[in-house]
Amino acid sequence: MEAFVIGALHMLTAIVFPPLMLGVIGKTKAVFAGRVGPPVMQPYRDLIKLCRKGSVISETTTWVFQAGPVVGLATVLTALLLIPLGSSFAPVSFTGDLILLAYLLGLGRFFTAVAALDTGSAFEGMGAAREVTFACLAEPALFLGLLVLAKLSGSLQLGVMLGDSLTTHWATAGASLALVLLSWFIVLLVENCRVPFDDPNTHLELTMIHEVMVLDHSGPAFAMILYGASLKLFAFSALVLRLMLPMGGGPAWLDWPIFLGGLLLVAVVIGVVESTMARLKLTHVPTLLVAACLLSAFGLVLIAR
Amino acid sequence: MSEELVLVGLAACAVSGVPGLLCARSTCAGQWISALILLIGCGLGLAGVGVFWSGANSEELLWRWAIPGGEFRVRMDGLSALFLVPVFLIPALGSIYGLSYWKQTEHRENGRKLRLFYGLLPASMALMLLARNSLLFLVGWEVMALANFFLVTTEDRDPQVRRTGWLYLGATHFSTLILFALFALLASASGSFQLRPLHENEISRHLAAAVFVLCAAGFGLKAGLMPLHVWLPGAHAMAPSHVSAMMSGVVLKMGIYGIVRVTSLLPNPPLAWGGSLLVLGAVSGVLGVAYAIGQHDLKRLLAYHSIENIGIIVMGLGLALAGRSLGRVDWVVLGLAGGLLHVWNHALFKALLFLGAGSVIHATHTRDIDHLGGLAKRMPRTAICFLMGAVAICGLPPLNGFVSEFLVYLGLFRTLDPKAGPTLVGAAFAAPALALIGALAVACFVKVFGVIFLGTPRSQQAAEAREADWSMIGAMGVLVACCLVIGLVPGLAAPMLTRAIEAWAPELPASDVQLTTHAPVGWISAMGLLLLAITAVASLWLRSRLSRETVSVGPTWGCGYAMPTARMQYTSSSFGQMLVGLFAWALRPHRQQPADLPLFPGAASFHSDVPDVVLEEGVLPAIRWISWLCGWFRVLQQGSIQAYLLYIFLTLLVLLFWR
Repeated sequence: MEAFVIGALHMLTAIVFPPLMLGVIGKTKAVFAGRVGPPVMQPYRDLIKLCRKGSVISETTTWVFQAGPVVGLATVLTALLLIPLGSSFAPVSFTGDLILLAYLLGLGRFFTAVAALDTGSAFEGMGAAREVTFACLAEPALFLGLLVLAKLSGSLQLGVMLGDSLTTHWATAGASLALVLLSWFIVLLVENCRVPFDDPNTHLELTMIHEVMVLDHSGPAFAMILYGASLKLFAFSALVLRLMLPMGGGPAWLDWPIFLGGLLLVAVVIGVVESTMARLKLTHVPTLLVAACLLSAFGLVLIAR
Repeated sequence: MSEELVLVGLAACAVSGVPGLLCARSTCAGQWISALILLIGCGLGLAGVGVFWSGANSEELLWRWAIPGGEFRVRMDGLSALFLVPVFLIPALGSIYGLSYWKQTEHRENGRKLRLFYGLLPASMALMLLARNSLLFLVGWEVMALANFFLVTTEDRDPQVRRTGWLYLGATHFSTLILFALFALLASASGSFQLRPLHENEISRHLAAAVFVLCAAGFGLKAGLMPLHVWLPGAHAMAPSHVSAMMSGVVLKMGIYGIVRVTSLLPNPPLAWGGSLLVLGAVSGVLGVAYAIGQHDLKRLLAYHSIENIGIIVMGLGLALAGRSLGRVDWVVLGLAGGLLHVWNHALFKALLFLGAGSVIHATHTRDIDHLGGLAKRMPRTAICFLMGAVAICGLPPLNGFVSEFLVYLGLFRTLDPKAGPTLVGAAFAAPALALIGALAVACFVKVFGVIFLGTPRSQQAAEAREADWSMIGAMGVLVACCLVIGLVPGLAAPMLTRAIEAWAPELPASDVQLTTHAPVGWISAMGLLLLAITAVASLWLRSRLSRETVSVGPTWGCGYAMPTARMQYTSSSFGQMLVGLFAWALRPHRQQPADLPLFPGAASFHSDVPDVVLEEGVLPAIRWISWLCGWFRVLQQGSIQAYLLYIFLTLLVLLFWR
């Protein structure tokens, strides 16, 4: 019974909470710019409004164009079952779940990029090329970090790797974990197309990455894309937060509020990064991603013996 | 029983092309007869494998042979059974595909030759897999190499095809030469040409090391491991597509089989063997896919992906070998199961992709990706099949490629676990390499599928393409089904893999090598099905929303530009430009572009390609140097019989006074 309640709580949080993070990021940026900004609940209203709208579909497209948003959302939803949130284990937890998690997100990326190419637009081709290129460098960084956690915890389950044993590892191998944390935060920013890699608010198609891939989507399909993007941000934030703030040690009723509060804090940090940093030149992005890989690799070397 | 069935099956395959030789060139009767015989042969072969798996005891068959040292010794075990499945499955589907793809009435001059060697190829491979005598193995090997040569040079009127054929022939005979040395060394240790596991005190450490190096070089050349891959891309591109499917899906795997078999015979492998295979595999994997991204020729691109997948298989083997050195059962099971399952998976999805590529080429008569586009509208079934193959080869769930890569990952992560015994931390760095390979493969297949099938047609041929015939679609459909089954229910393959692991490492206790105790195959099934269910619900929701709201059709948003043309779309070179740039240190791409455009530019052209560095800058110059060196010996070869008689006389004289 308890497992069922926790599972339901997990899914409820994963489904309802994510757009709030976008709202908090927006509000933070508004405060930095000296504006009032949209209310934090605005992303929910946007999603509902989009669901009620009609669509314009390009005449060059096929069914692949519709499959992009559908698979993109389905893969993140499935992946969220694997990520531990406020309780120590996720509803689905098995040896090697971390690999499935990474590859589910890869499947989503595949279909999003293919759907972009379906429109035959040069801009969307450009966005797809950039997205898959940067993912090639972000993926090894993610895995190097996972190797560090696997080495420390001696387990291949996300629930154990990001479990309460991390508290002791922060004391013994804090340097490694700090390097991984930094590297994963960079991965979070690039995978979710935030500044300094991509600006979600830009209005120039030539400089976009993720936004330009979905230029031709509209209505409910676009709502699925926006919602999926918020889920993905939530997923990566949860990973980073669990790395910083190991769960499962204290009383269960306290864990969830702390966790959700922590997520809002991550959103604020992202907002601060976006407000204080300029976008990187596109040709410099790979350099920073290689640096992220090296950070995690150093983390692994530090604990290799 | 199982051996006899396979032998009868392979005999039927071997003669399947012969009746066709007696039929007229202008009728299709011959192709139907040979396809039928080949199907029966392959069915018998698969039945033999099934009998073996159902638990019937396999007995060694032994017939004496007049050749000194040679004997007809055949026996099936878990390893040969595993490799026999693609050997019989892929040619059977390929021959059905060939009925429409290489119609006798459309290819009068080479259709009969093609089918003769097309049947001989699986027959020779099956013989090789059963052989327990190294001379018999070499007979199978050589027939395979020659049949393959004639298949690659099917269109031998084309000088480019002939050049590629020569390169292939040279490479394959170089590997045969290495195998002669390898088996001679093995025979010197064991005292006979029988292939049997050697005992510790039968073979010295240095001899075993020499055997391993020869094995990695000789079989690695056949498998296409970097940097021994030079023959591979061209040969795959020039052969007819159903032959490419068999070459990439099955023939390359014979190199893998050789490595697996020989390493199973050698006792106490040192850790360096497994380590070197891991490094070789990672290098092949990363550079193979990096080269693929730079290609414009669809079949060359797929051929480079074969190098990548061979790399993944070899990584699994390396891990298993290292596990055997250190006594880590979990590495052996996960590495070998992952590698061997990838042998199956690669055979399935790569055959699927080559057949899909064949359909595209059949419909448009071009292999250049940049001349295609928009085919999903003209050829919807081919597009779906190709998409499934693309998702599978990227190792994405819920298809089969994910399962085998998952097993290899799991094994690589296990190298970090100090609690279970001795470890090898360096091996763990192969996991991010595998992640890089996976992400690069996604990039490459987004490009391939997007540029070929999506968008608008870039040429007249692409705009007028027609959907492939039923036999081509049917063959691809069977492969798609196989990919789905292994991806969704990997537990079905577990007993076969366990049998193979038992055959490879008989010293391990049988209770420990069960795949299901080391890997959560049940969870993979459950999550795959869940993913499909969520996708179905999401697409139903989207469909119901769209049916309720107004949906209008308009042109693609061109940022205000009103006259877009098909040539403005992203091409394969523009899509891969950033990645090729990142790997420029290894790929050394060629570019031709106008240096400075004047204020009012006239016509200008841009061209970029990625030639094979090892071939262009290593092998070809070396061959030219050797042929220059050999030119000095032409002094001896004047073409006069008298001079040659003199040489013979002098040689005899020298031999007479020897000692």
